[in-house]
Amino acid sequence: MSSMIYKKKSPLILFLVPAFLFLMVYLYYPFFQNIINTFMKIGGLGRAAEGLNAPWYENYQRMLADPYMRTALKNTLLLTFCTIVFQVGIALILALLVDTIRVGAQFFRTVYFFPIVISATALGLMFNLIFLYKGGMVNQVLLSLGKLPTEVKPSGKVLVEWLDWKDQAHFLFTMFMPVMWQYVGFYFVILITGLNNISQDLYEAAALDGADGWKRTRYVTLPMLRNVLCTCLVLAITGALKVFDLPWVMFGAGMPENQGWLTGTYMYDQTFNKMNVDYGSTIAVLIVVLGVVLSNVANRVFRPSEDI
Amino acid sequence: MNTGRKTLPQTLTYLILGLWALTTIYPFIWVLLNSFRKKGLIISDSFSLPLGDAFTWDNYITAWERSDFKNAYLNSFIISGTVTVAVVILAGLAAYGLVRYRFPGRGVLYSLIMAGMMFPVFSTIIPVFRMEAVMGIAGTGNRWLSLLAVILPQIAGNLCFAIVILMGFIQSVPIELEESAYLDGCNVFGIYFHIIIPAAKSSFATVAIFAFLWSYNDLFTQSFFLRYPQERAITGLLNEISSQAGVNYGLMAASVVLVVIPVLVVYVCLQKHIIKGLTAGAVKG
Repeated sequence: MSSMIYKKKSPLILFLVPAFLFLMVYLYYPFFQNIINTFMKIGGLGRAAEGLNAPWYENYQRMLADPYMRTALKNTLLLTFCTIVFQVGIALILALLVDTIRVGAQFFRTVYFFPIVISATALGLMFNLIFLYKGGMVNQVLLSLGKLPTEVKPSGKVLVEWLDWKDQAHFLFTMFMPVMWQYVGFYFVILITGLNNISQDLYEAAALDGADGWKRTRYVTLPMLRNVLCTCLVLAITGALKVFDLPWVMFGAGMPENQGWLTGTYMYDQTFNKMNVDYGSTIAVLIVVLGVVLSNVANRVFRPSEDI
Repeated sequence: MNTGRKTLPQTLTYLILGLWALTTIYPFIWVLLNSFRKKGLIISDSFSLPLGDAFTWDNYITAWERSDFKNAYLNSFIISGTVTVAVVILAGLAAYGLVRYRFPGRGVLYSLIMAGMMFPVFSTIIPVFRMEAVMGIAGTGNRWLSLLAVILPQIAGNLCFAIVILMGFIQSVPIELEESAYLDGCNVFGIYFHIIIPAAKSSFATVAIFAFLWSYNDLFTQSFFLRYPQERAITGLLNEISSQAGVNYGLMAASVVLVVIPVLVVYVCLQKHIIKGLTAGAVKG
């Protein structure tokens, strides 16, 4: 790129300064200020810090002792795990299947991707209707299949024992299922792109060696896809840690009975509703640290060595 | 795709693929049907077509009258439109500079952008709120200032992703085009506007669509800055409806449809750009 056009560097200022100024003020500065805030005492959103906490690591101490924080962390890690296994897993299966068909690949791509562009708020409301206690979509199906206990009163009225999808026994499923469902299409499309990049020659060579069907998938496709899968994994992890809208619309503040916190919803609630602003910052720092650590672990474990 | 050996019989393959397609389409159809169903019928009979007596427009009328959808649409389009334009301009210039110029510190800037993609909005929102409160933008109760308060952090939140995507595409523009334009007397700004933008048009479209959708769909940032009824944008309004509608399920269904429609239109018209752009960014990132 030694073109003479770009020898003169002065226009560069006009190209770079606006964007980076913006990033400095609205991304990098707040990010570091947020870390500083975790050691400060802040009385309310938008207020200045009133000085250092006593002791300065008070918020971190508090986080270790906070049972709701432990719940939030547990749920979020579980969600991350489920995301990796089911979201990427289902996406992989669908991508491998679509790769074998001749007609309709474009259709499936469009349809699978669709939920991603819809706001999680709208999806939350939609799933609230689907999992409605009295007469939601799922419960109506269960009723018509005869899976719900019913009792016919002497007056002829039918009493149904509806299944509460948001109670202690079911809320994890009800909360995680929509989150995972929404993003399957995202990983599906990434994996399909990866599959299309695998050279036909490899398959032909494998066919000459007598590998077909499952063997072909196991020894050619999956190894060639490893890099893309690893990217999916990192995206799934960071994505799971950022989840907020859907659970917030469906479960609000930690329903049921403070069992349903995620790190994202807990951070919002502490900052915005409880006005524990400095504690909210601390939770945010934890979210960042988790993201960095987990995606590094995923990279270490799954990223293939460069020579493949 | 061409080598003819299959792991599964074709019918079974299509069956599985079709089942998943059903899970992504049917919920929306179900909501759409029930948004036209008379009150009370949703919880007893939600699967039939809402025909004859069961059909009603009431849910939409109630939704439109009870909640300020018109205002919320306007707010949403002001916010997302401004974010989109700003992101495209700022990211385009920065990506061009980073791709074509060689200068000390280029690597550092690139790493900063990659790191910026990893910052979740949780980790910046509190200082941003404080900063904007000091500037007199946030928490004033003035509608236009509040909208600006959302717009600025949303621009920053979309910039890194946009720069990464655009860099990928600008890299693939053949430099010979620029050299011949230069010999014709074009300066770098002329080259940017007359060569680069037309050549990388589709990636600019991708970035614009994504900035728009993310901004339109975002609830977290909006709920920090838009706190008064007249400031509320679409997702905030929807969140409010969901907590206030109680047992008026038809109203909820109608509201979901009203929010999803603009996105559906954008998606159907532009889905090639959307899917291509996102995967390009993700695979590179």
